[in-house]
Amino acid sequence: MNIAVDQAARRDRMAVLARCSTERLNSLWAKLGLQPAHTPLRGPEAGLVMLRGRIGGTGEPFNVGEATVTRASVTLEDGSVGHAMALGRDHAKVRLSAVIDALCRNAEMAARIDAELIQPMRQELEVADETRRQQTAATRVDFFTMVRGED
Amino acid sequence: MYVAVKGGEAAIDNAHRLLADRRRGDRSVPALTLDQITEQLAIGVDRVMSEGSLYDRRLAALAMKQARGDLIEAIFLVRAYRTTLPRFGHSEPVDTGAMLIERRVSACYKDLPGGQLLGPTFDYTHRLLDEDLEGDPQVETGLQRGGIQEPVMRVADILDQEGLIEDDGAIDPALEPGDINQTPTEFPMSRAMRLQSLSRGDEGFLLALGYSTQRGYARSHPFVGEIRIGEVDVDVFMPELGFAVPVGRIQVTECQMVNQFKGSAKAPPQFTRGYGLVFGQSERKAMAMSLCDRALRAEELGEDLVAPPQDQEFVLSHCDNVQATGFVEHLKLPHYVDFQAELGLVRTMRAEYEQCTGEAVLETREAAE
Repeated sequence: MNIAVDQAARRDRMAVLARCSTERLNSLWAKLGLQPAHTPLRGPEAGLVMLRGRIGGTGEPFNVGEATVTRASVTLEDGSVGHAMALGRDHAKVRLSAVIDALCRNAEMAARIDAELIQPMRQELEVADETRRQQTAATRVDFFTMVRGED
Repeated sequence: MYVAVKGGEAAIDNAHRLLADRRRGDRSVPALTLDQITEQLAIGVDRVMSEGSLYDRRLAALAMKQARGDLIEAIFLVRAYRTTLPRFGHSEPVDTGAMLIERRVSACYKDLPGGQLLGPTFDYTHRLLDEDLEGDPQVETGLQRGGIQEPVMRVADILDQEGLIEDDGAIDPALEPGDINQTPTEFPMSRAMRLQSLSRGDEGFLLALGYSTQRGYARSHPFVGEIRIGEVDVDVFMPELGFAVPVGRIQVTECQMVNQFKGSAKAPPQFTRGYGLVFGQSERKAMAMSLCDRALRAEELGEDLVAPPQDQEFVLSHCDNVQATGFVEHLKLPHYVDFQAELGLVRTMRAEYEQCTGEAVLETREAAE
């Protein structure tokens, strides 16, 4: 598989796993009926990342403040390694995300997981974003001009 | 001779037990849940996150509950917690241009691309107490407006097309921003470190300083170029993967303050900018931060240093409320020995004074006779 395509797919999957709710992830995972044996390589462990912004929005980077993150790495019995990192301190979710990442090293399994787990969650997150966008749009000011005088 | 005095252990234990009792209050009133605090006191939670310098809503809510709503105490708790966790690294700089916008206003342009999006604001409310909120009235959800939405352009980019506003300058990729957590404070401080310091600075202190710049202490003619509030993606580079991984989203408030600038030997007359970026929905803080950031650029822009907001050492050494409260509040701790020493000194001085005035009175009397 093309490395760039594989990397992009992995990144997209990680983006969904990092943002999804734990309950939703657990329920979709349960439906998949997978119980792969795995050993922890690292974590799950909570720590900090320093969040950066840019001066003026697009200039030099600066440190804004830290955030809690949790990271985990696991190995499956076939030797596949999975990694995960997400904001917050939800160890169980991040461990499961790392297992999912490891399973997706296998192209067939990745296709199944994408279809049954990642895609539904991505869609729900997109719907939630769209609702936000539309709620914000409803507060947009529509200016009108009052014409006064004769001209 | 130094005599160590011990005691108070039982009193301290009992005081803490009483504190826990008072914190819980009337047991017939249900205890607050962290979900209630994060959902319904969200802006207070955001203040604790930004001044605690730790993005974690649930921890901020826990700190507020434990601190009985004393926000500075809660910020202190969050700062202390931070020191217990290892640092895994840093994020890629967040892209506020790609924000999922919840609010965006500009005081400079009426019809700017993307429009004026008021979002969930207190502006234009009448500041009348709503007695219905004594109960739990049904509240409608926000209205939605469909259709295609324009991209929400940055205001700085609009002015930039005419060259009338300073740009953010070239980026040196080798340059690492300093971190005030890991470097001893030295002045002058880089703008990157000043912004870090201001972003976690006390809202009240920065607000008052920003206000003073408007009233004439440091000449500034600010306009809100843009305020935007919303969520941005956070990416963290993972060496084991070799690429930056999305780890979730954070809510931030960004303020671009636009200021008049008459120009200098090096720069033509143009608008300059002050910048504010704060965790959560923290509009007042982001505005105050951008005013202070601009005032602190006085030296760089060749302006006269005439007022406290332009003085780096004054602003940055005093804007941290954990430091400030630590030093002010330590005054109430036992200073028995120090005070005894000063008491002895004042007694001696008083005796000398009385002896002198006594002699002076005697002399005056003798002179009169």
